[in-house]
Amino acid sequence: MGAVMLDADDLHVTFRSGGDTVKAVRGVSFAVARGESFGIVGESGSGKSTVLRAICGLAPTTAGTIRLDGTPLTDPRPASFYRHVQMVFQDPYASLHPRHTIDKVLSEPLAIHGFDRREERIEAALNDVGLGGDFRFRYPHQLSGGQRQRVAVARALILEPEVLLLDEPTSALDASIQAEVLNLLDRIRAERGLTYLMVSHDLAVVAHMCDRLVVMQHGLAVEELTREALAAHRAETDYTRKLLSASEGYTPAEAS
Amino acid sequence: MTPLLTVEDLRITFPTRAGPSEVVRGVSFTLGRERLGIVGESGSGKSQTGRALLGLTPPPGKATAKVLNFDGIDLKNASAATWRRLRGARMSMVMQDPKFSLNPVMTVGKQLLEALKFGAGETRAEARVRALAMLEAVQIRDPERVFRAYPHELSGGMGQRAMIAMMLVTEPDLLIADEPTSALDVTVQVEVLRILDALVRDRGMGLIFISHDLRLVSSFCDRVLVMYAGRVVEELKASELDKAQHPYTRGLMNCLPKIEGGVRPLPTLERDAAWAL
Repeated sequence: MGAVMLDADDLHVTFRSGGDTVKAVRGVSFAVARGESFGIVGESGSGKSTVLRAICGLAPTTAGTIRLDGTPLTDPRPASFYRHVQMVFQDPYASLHPRHTIDKVLSEPLAIHGFDRREERIEAALNDVGLGGDFRFRYPHQLSGGQRQRVAVARALILEPEVLLLDEPTSALDASIQAEVLNLLDRIRAERGLTYLMVSHDLAVVAHMCDRLVVMQHGLAVEELTREALAAHRAETDYTRKLLSASEGYTPAEAS
Repeated sequence: MTPLLTVEDLRITFPTRAGPSEVVRGVSFTLGRERLGIVGESGSGKSQTGRALLGLTPPPGKATAKVLNFDGIDLKNASAATWRRLRGARMSMVMQDPKFSLNPVMTVGKQLLEALKFGAGETRAEARVRALAMLEAVQIRDPERVFRAYPHELSGGMGQRAMIAMMLVTEPDLLIADEPTSALDVTVQVEVLRILDALVRDRGMGLIFISHDLRLVSSFCDRVLVMYAGRVVEELKASELDKAQHPYTRGLMNCLPKIEGGVRPLPTLERDAAWAL
């Protein structure tokens, strides 16, 4: 394993509202090497998305440390953080502003971070995700789900980050479109040596995209596996085995 | 055995500014007491097909068919009264998301009893016993609590089971399940499917299972119809899915990533304009 790009050490996230406390993440640690693709798998409520949101400052870090390239992150995150780390959200229908053209969606981060040659960069970003300049002055409602998710990927890539946080990037898409978006993400990582941290509930998607993964349940990391171990169904814990068998489709008998 | 449901040349059109748009274009099939899967991607017309079988095509859409026959009853020219007698009592539908299909301001128990009210003449107490037994049948461990609970007090899996209980308490002959497990976690999904499976086996119910998930449908159903652009492009035995002939079905199978690892990049689906003709 090469140099560590992103690591979390005993990360806790607790939400408080009124008298209620919800411990969404209860001590999760992992390290992602530079250029590696790392997955987090779990069911709803396992805290997998909260980990991603905590990394980019959208959820409070109650305890523990997150380090980017060895440096602990400060709260709030400095603007320079977002030049290194960008996120792609789950639902392309919700994550693009409905009244902003694609051009506006892509030029906003460039303006915030004071990039030059904006015209060129926008054209290049659209080409990179396979959309082309024709799409530049359209609105999100004029695009299909897959095209929107490509725009979301372009928006994340336009700042030339080193780390992409992917929160269920294909779960809102049809199977054939999912394949296209996964291929796009795979190609871009190979071309640019990006580091991915990908969250999904779909074991097959994570097995395809990630070198290593961690399985989460009830805010805890249950098990860490390599892609090879997952492919060979060599799971140590009952929970992972249960997930694996459920992902295979329907089994009539009591399999567990 | 006579089929439970016969559909011949079902067509559904919606008027648009550019003229009528046909979203289901001549779908025909028969259903016995079995599990039939309808698979397709968004916009293939699978959900509209399911709704039309219950006469629930949303206006201004219009559903027409040469034959639409349910257990000897002609549904094509059915009056509103006939539909009322059938819906809920003899044929019912489970929707995708319990959050949107349960009444949020009514307890689960009350909704269950409401479903029963239109059934056989029985007392309230008898109906209550039957409702509780149904909740137990869908593997709800604490039926009394769920009976008293409001939908927001239940988890997604629990809510979906409550809805299935509601649809099944009248012991229908035909159940149309439109993505009944898509909003659920994989482990809960298997449990809900087992419940449906048991009902088909034990009560001889006919089940139409509508889903986008080819892998799930092929492992659960007896027969699969694959829909593309409003048409059935292929009908298969679920066990023979790997022998699929149509390039769309094969493409749909191949583009799924596999846990065991596969090719990369993933094969993508090349759509042929001729499939939609």
